[in-house]
Amino acid sequence: MSSNRDEFDLGSHVGEDQVVGGAPPEMEHPTLRTELRGYLIGLGLAALLTAASFWSIDEHLIYGPGIVMALIVFGLAQVGVHLVFFLHLTTSPDNTNNALALAFGVLIVSLVFFGSIWVMFHMNQNMIPARALMQMRGG
Amino acid sequence: MSAPGTALRAGSDPYHIGHAPSTGVPEYTGHGGGGPSPKRIYVGYGFWIFILSDVVLFSCFFATYTVLIGARDGGPGPQQLFDLHTTALETACLLLSSFTCGLTSLAVARHSLLWSEVCLAITGLLGLAFLGLEAHEFIGLVAQGAGPTRSAFLTSFFALVGCHGVHVSAGLLWLGTMMAQFPAKGFKESIRHRYLCFSLFWHALDIIWVGIFTVVYLIGTITP
Repeated sequence: MSSNRDEFDLGSHVGEDQVVGGAPPEMEHPTLRTELRGYLIGLGLAALLTAASFWSIDEHLIYGPGIVMALIVFGLAQVGVHLVFFLHLTTSPDNTNNALALAFGVLIVSLVFFGSIWVMFHMNQNMIPARALMQMRGG
Repeated sequence: MSAPGTALRAGSDPYHIGHAPSTGVPEYTGHGGGGPSPKRIYVGYGFWIFILSDVVLFSCFFATYTVLIGARDGGPGPQQLFDLHTTALETACLLLSSFTCGLTSLAVARHSLLWSEVCLAITGLLGLAFLGLEAHEFIGLVAQGAGPTRSAFLTSFFALVGCHGVHVSAGLLWLGTMMAQFPAKGFKESIRHRYLCFSLFWHALDIIWVGIFTVVYLIGTITP
């Protein structure tokens, strides 16, 4: 089993055998300590970014109109933290397909989300206000 | 498959990017050479595709909420309805459960039944706490006449947050199944792969929740 391991895979080791006392470890594998440290760093960063998000609307630390942008930046940063530290999306060859699929997903999500907002905003602008419509109908 | 002599060295090019393997069969798979990828890699890849399709589904709900946030028909808006303390508690529950889910991965990789079950149980309890807080919030909203039928804004709110809650419930069922299967079937390969998929699912739910507390609760509350 150990000889079949892909030494370059830094991704999740869930599906792997890491039984102590199994085949002799031929190469450096992430130890419990290093993997645990990864999760702890991820938890700490995510907690910091969450706290920053909640604080940024409570306190008047950020210039009012900039709060939405700050929240979006904190949110995206936290998604990145989750992807790297919890989902172990790395640049290793085994992760190339995952990263490409994610890029495609991000493209579709942005088209759906920002496209909807863009279209509906312009449609609302071009609509006759309901009150004016009522007056036209009522004469 | 990989030669022991090619272990990582500091400052080296670990993935040999742009370098063809010098001798014979390439050591790493996934680029067409070296045979098919290990099963663990493509099981994870297949489930990752499912998760991304789920994220696309959620993006439609997010778009609906953002478009309809002003469509209140004279009814209450986010500022009157949302209690950010509950949201913060829910966020803490889900983030911690995501962390303990990662700890379970470490235990599963090491075939430790006790730690796998303990960490999974904590994950499940935190997930239950999250669902309880959400149910409490929903019941409170309906009780004050702000149910999903009140306005288009509330319909989109209940659809988006409720859809996430349904996902968490399904995840909890899966979590219970895994807790039963570890002792019953042991840490054989198929069970480890099943757990890999579960952990991907659970971490992805937390990523969706980051979007929800940012867009629905925080940005929603500061939108007039």
